[in-house]
Amino acid sequence: MAQALINILDHWGLHGLAQQGWLWYLVVGLVQVALILALVMTCVAVYTWMERKISGRIQDRLGPTRVGGRFGWLQPAADGLKLLCKEDLVPAAADGLLFRAAPYLTFCAAFIPYLALPFAPGWVVQPMDTAAFFILAIGGLEVFGVILAGYASGSKWSLYGAMREAAQVVSFEIPLGMCVVVPVLMAGTMNLTEIAQQQAGWLTSWNLVNPFALVTFFIYMVCATAGTNRAPFDLPEAESELVAGFMTEYSGFRWSMFFMAEYSAMFLLALLGALLFCGGWNGPIPVATMLWLTPEYGDIAAFAGNFLGMCSLITKGVLGVIFMMWLRWTLPRLRIDQVMTTCLKYCVPLASIMLVGTMVSIFVLRGGLSHPIKPVEMPAKQNQRTGRDCKLKIREGHASPLLLRRPMVCGKIFWQSRGTGFQPVEFDAGKMPVPRWRPSARKSSHTRPQSSNFQFSIFNSQFSIFSLSREGAC
Amino acid sequence: MPVERVDPDLVEFDLRSDEMLINMGPQHPSTHGVLRLVLRTDGEVVSDLTPNIGYLHRCAEKIGENLSPRQFVPYADRLDYLAGMNMDLGWSMAVEKLLGFVPSERLRHLRVLVCELDRIASHLVAAGCYGLDLGSFTPFVWCFRERERILLLFEELCGARLTYSYITPGGVTSDLPKGWLKNCEKFLAEFEPVIDELHATLTSNSIFIHRTANIGVLSPEMAVDYGCTGPVLRGSGVDWDLRRDGEPVYTRMYEGYKFEVIAQVKGKYPEDLPYPAVPREAVLGDCWHRFYVRMLEVVQSMKLIRQAMEKYSQTKEVLAEPIKLRQKLTVGTAYLETEAPKGQTGFMLISDGSPVPWRVRIRSSSFCNLSVSAELCRGCLIADVPAVIGSLDIVLGEIDR
Repeated sequence: MAQALINILDHWGLHGLAQQGWLWYLVVGLVQVALILALVMTCVAVYTWMERKISGRIQDRLGPTRVGGRFGWLQPAADGLKLLCKEDLVPAAADGLLFRAAPYLTFCAAFIPYLALPFAPGWVVQPMDTAAFFILAIGGLEVFGVILAGYASGSKWSLYGAMREAAQVVSFEIPLGMCVVVPVLMAGTMNLTEIAQQQAGWLTSWNLVNPFALVTFFIYMVCATAGTNRAPFDLPEAESELVAGFMTEYSGFRWSMFFMAEYSAMFLLALLGALLFCGGWNGPIPVATMLWLTPEYGDIAAFAGNFLGMCSLITKGVLGVIFMMWLRWTLPRLRIDQVMTTCLKYCVPLASIMLVGTMVSIFVLRGGLSHPIKPVEMPAKQNQRTGRDCKLKIREGHASPLLLRRPMVCGKIFWQSRGTGFQPVEFDAGKMPVPRWRPSARKSSHTRPQSSNFQFSIFNSQFSIFSLSREGAC
Repeated sequence: MPVERVDPDLVEFDLRSDEMLINMGPQHPSTHGVLRLVLRTDGEVVSDLTPNIGYLHRCAEKIGENLSPRQFVPYADRLDYLAGMNMDLGWSMAVEKLLGFVPSERLRHLRVLVCELDRIASHLVAAGCYGLDLGSFTPFVWCFRERERILLLFEELCGARLTYSYITPGGVTSDLPKGWLKNCEKFLAEFEPVIDELHATLTSNSIFIHRTANIGVLSPEMAVDYGCTGPVLRGSGVDWDLRRDGEPVYTRMYEGYKFEVIAQVKGKYPEDLPYPAVPREAVLGDCWHRFYVRMLEVVQSMKLIRQAMEKYSQTKEVLAEPIKLRQKLTVGTAYLETEAPKGQTGFMLISDGSPVPWRVRIRSSSFCNLSVSAELCRGCLIADVPAVIGSLDIVLGEIDR
């Protein structure tokens, strides 16, 4: 994308812009943010329409039918316009500054995590090795806006909503965090790109196939529903009890900020769940591989493959959101003590058991139950930087008798050099000798690369990391 | 700093914080109209509740003292506007009692038919709104969808959807239109499976049970003491229904009808209905039982309607005209309570012989049922307040009169 931008700038005669480091960084950043915002906001708009349509169908109604033809698909635009035209109201008793700031805080907290969320291999604004952690941490900030809104509104109902939110956050964030740890443990990394890549292949290579992860996924969905304040956990805005909870005093555009934040958070957690448990952009069937849409067939093929993958991921996210909508229009609301009971008394112990179970399964079965041993064939490719072929020779070792021996599975090798982070290099697994377990190599993988030459770390589809010495120069 | 003594039953001593006085209503989504509840809360715990009423006061009794009984009918069905037919019936029968009027067979069955249909409509609103109070939106819409069909039937019958003015002293405004019974039968047949859906989404839903079971437990003694009637009384296990136990003037209407009074007597509901069993968590007299009684009463009403349709079709006579608009009333007093969907509604007339009653008094079931809310809500959580109030199924038009 960067090169494309340079070309565009050249075309406009603004080549000098690209020479300015900080300016260049800013422009790229802004474009990326704009892309993410456009994507997520479009999804949010579609969700508001979908919510109305789905609730309508569940309730034997039609939902919107007037704006935008038969299916009312322009309804979000009409809603947005209406909200923009509404009176900008701040109650006299409210703390003006905090009251105004709260919706934006929530909005930002709901949208910033997308920066670390990969939509396809390499299609991420800011690649992070701790993406899973980052998303949870920033997403958790959403609660500040809610509490602030409740506190600053100067209304008793809002205050109740804020207090409930505080109580609810304490209850659901712990099991949610534990649920995220399970796939992280299985992958051996918090890098979401890698977690998703390791689930490449057929449906059977998804983390979900592991029984522990399957249960964890359900706990995750429960906690995600609670985390986004959706029914049956919509206590902070419990309509029939607290009028509108923390949103009681909000109207117009500020209200719509909360609204968008809610839908954005739903989508975020659904996407995160898809990445962690459901293979990310790797569909149940590896369509991209079947259609030769992989990087070795050229950039266009890679782009098409990535695009397909992104569509797959977004589809999964949308399904997750539909699941949450379905819940909302089916179930009554829990009481605050019941929410805390559900999260702390049932979800936390269950998530703990799953966590321990995953650990045990990884250590006993070497990679859990989920991943079939299936080498992915990749032809050798030139190293981008040096232009020379990468040749790998993997020394054979001895497998520990306790551990199951398994060959290399991963479709990509990530090579690591000092300071540049991980980058994928394709290799021909078919020509490679089947690597074996090498305890000494494993040990060295935990340290930073020592030599000035590249040291290869091949990430297995599961937990174990092989470090391989390379012969010949790249 | 002196520490105030508190009731340890209500709040844990250490956790007690400042009390907050909070107004629930009159503009609140779940106070069923313009009811205002003043809650004294400690955190989420409600330590005291005071219902404030009067926002819908329309001087119904005074109006009744300035109009002839037939002129008052449109005012009567604006009392409990969700069950206008039953209100009309209560008023008409009180007047008929004063006049000594005995309704004909055909009229009797016709009245049973429309009143029980309206009871279903009222209970559907109660069930749907109760789901809404607990945060479940979909059953509400389903209930209103079915109620809509009843309203369409009534519209066909008398041109009005809520305020029917159909049953009047001495008769009804007109006989059933042609083909109406067929429509009604069709409705009943199609409504029956919906009851199962409502049971699935509400009665037997785990969250619903947890929200309603053992909440707002009303003991039978307290129910009688406070003058609670209708499903609220029967939900506490008191086997009392005016359709069976009322005054002869009223029970004559239901003569020859087979139906059960829904109340849990000796730990058992009267009939082994194919509906969900009482969950283990439920305690007699709690919100769940009140709701359950209404749901079962809907089935009984359907049984009554089927019988009434059959009996009605067997009569051939032509309905008599209602009493004249300004017919002189008999000197004396008449008081009659009838079993309206929300409880016993009583109308009293004192007449001095003129066409206009000298005094009109209305006993409201919702009023008495609401009076127990303070007892039920004491010590519960804020979220339970809508659950309790909703289970009492009040309508403010009748409370304020």
